[in-house]
Amino acid sequence: MSFTIATTIDEAVAAMAAGARPIAGGTDLVVSARHGKLPLPEDLVAIDRLIELSEIRPGSGGCQIGALVTHARLMMDPLLVQSYTALADAAALVGSPSTRNIGTLGGNVMNASPAMDTGAPLLVLGASAELASPGAMRSVPLDELWTGPGSTSAAEGELLVGLNLPSPSGRSGSAYVRLEYRRAMEIAVVGAAAGVTLAEGGTLASVSLALSAVAPTILALDGTEALAGLSPADAAAKAAVLASEQAAPISDLRASDGYRRHCVGVMAKRAVDAACRRAAGESISVPVNRALGIGAV
Amino acid sequence: MSESFDLEVNGISYSVTIDQGKNLLSVIREDVGLTGTKEGCDDCECGACMVLLDGQPVNSCSFLAVQAQGRTVTTIEGVMQGDEMHALQRNLLDAGGVQCGFCTPGMIMSAHALLDRNANPTPEDVKIGLSGNLCRCTGYAKILAAVEKTAAE
Repeated sequence: MSFTIATTIDEAVAAMAAGARPIAGGTDLVVSARHGKLPLPEDLVAIDRLIELSEIRPGSGGCQIGALVTHARLMMDPLLVQSYTALADAAALVGSPSTRNIGTLGGNVMNASPAMDTGAPLLVLGASAELASPGAMRSVPLDELWTGPGSTSAAEGELLVGLNLPSPSGRSGSAYVRLEYRRAMEIAVVGAAAGVTLAEGGTLASVSLALSAVAPTILALDGTEALAGLSPADAAAKAAVLASEQAAPISDLRASDGYRRHCVGVMAKRAVDAACRRAAGESISVPVNRALGIGAV
Repeated sequence: MSESFDLEVNGISYSVTIDQGKNLLSVIREDVGLTGTKEGCDDCECGACMVLLDGQPVNSCSFLAVQAQGRTVTTIEGVMQGDEMHALQRNLLDAGGVQCGFCTPGMIMSAHALLDRNANPTPEDVKIGLSGNLCRCTGYAKILAAVEKTAAE
């Protein structure tokens, strides 16, 4: 067993190449271990002090969010709240203040839970993951990263260093909503993210949709091009149909498959509605769940 | 394998030698010897184990103590100002926000962190600030009132 604290990315990937697992806030890793679900890895490399992974870097083509940016920061960052709002909506719903202060975006992405809140927003915002290994770096679109519950296409030893998000174009807006039974320390029963761009005249130029907790991975919806040209209200109604059709949920103690299939349609409709309102210039505060009274009271 | 390092708790540096998998809560209670921080669920749900790490609230049951080296930990014992109770402690007692008391240290640490970053919280801010802390006695109303009173003082 070993525990090291990495001070550079190179040290972190070298430790990982030697078999260590990275730990940042530990909100998944340590909780799972104490549950007895998964033992703590034998060898750990702490990456939480890699300041270069804790930054949000705006660029000409978009922005890069470091893997160690916390949920608390995501929900408050002015650039994200303005231009990548669905991600801020999602971050604001994660856990409690303590979870949000210590849990990181990179941890949420690599934990690869199909119920993760930040995943559907990242998909509709067109994010890609930057993965580092000794002497190499590669970029993977997020829809190719998640391969199943808790599994990714990242190789053993690859470290997620950040997420790249392209600049939103034109009159665009995004939103993430989820069904929840309580307002804190909750996991999405189902969730939906929408990213929209409005055309002249207020019809939709483009829509992208992704769903949480209704498939083995975060699910990007097919067929959203059929929503282009529709009014926001018609697009929201059609989004509900697409979401319920394509969802492949399981039944568990939190909800039956049928209930999830129905409710994810409702969430998709509300996500499209909120995203369109934001694209049209309306200010709906983060998170949409609280602003519009969706979910637990 | 054991790790030896200095852990700063409430401004005092403690030399500890612990298993690398040991959680911060157990190290605070067993190795440092401060038992005000409580173990409730041991599952990152209830907030009884809340401490501040570099001023931010953390569920110490689910945080590795080895990751706290080089950082500052504040527990409920560090909230007292000499022999004087902190205003949060006094107001919780005055308002009747303490019944069995098991959740109280965690509540105070979350409230402390909230008021440090937001001196004028709305009632909704207070609810969100304490949303990671469960109380099975009070029904919360008196706890929220005590935190709001502290903010207003």
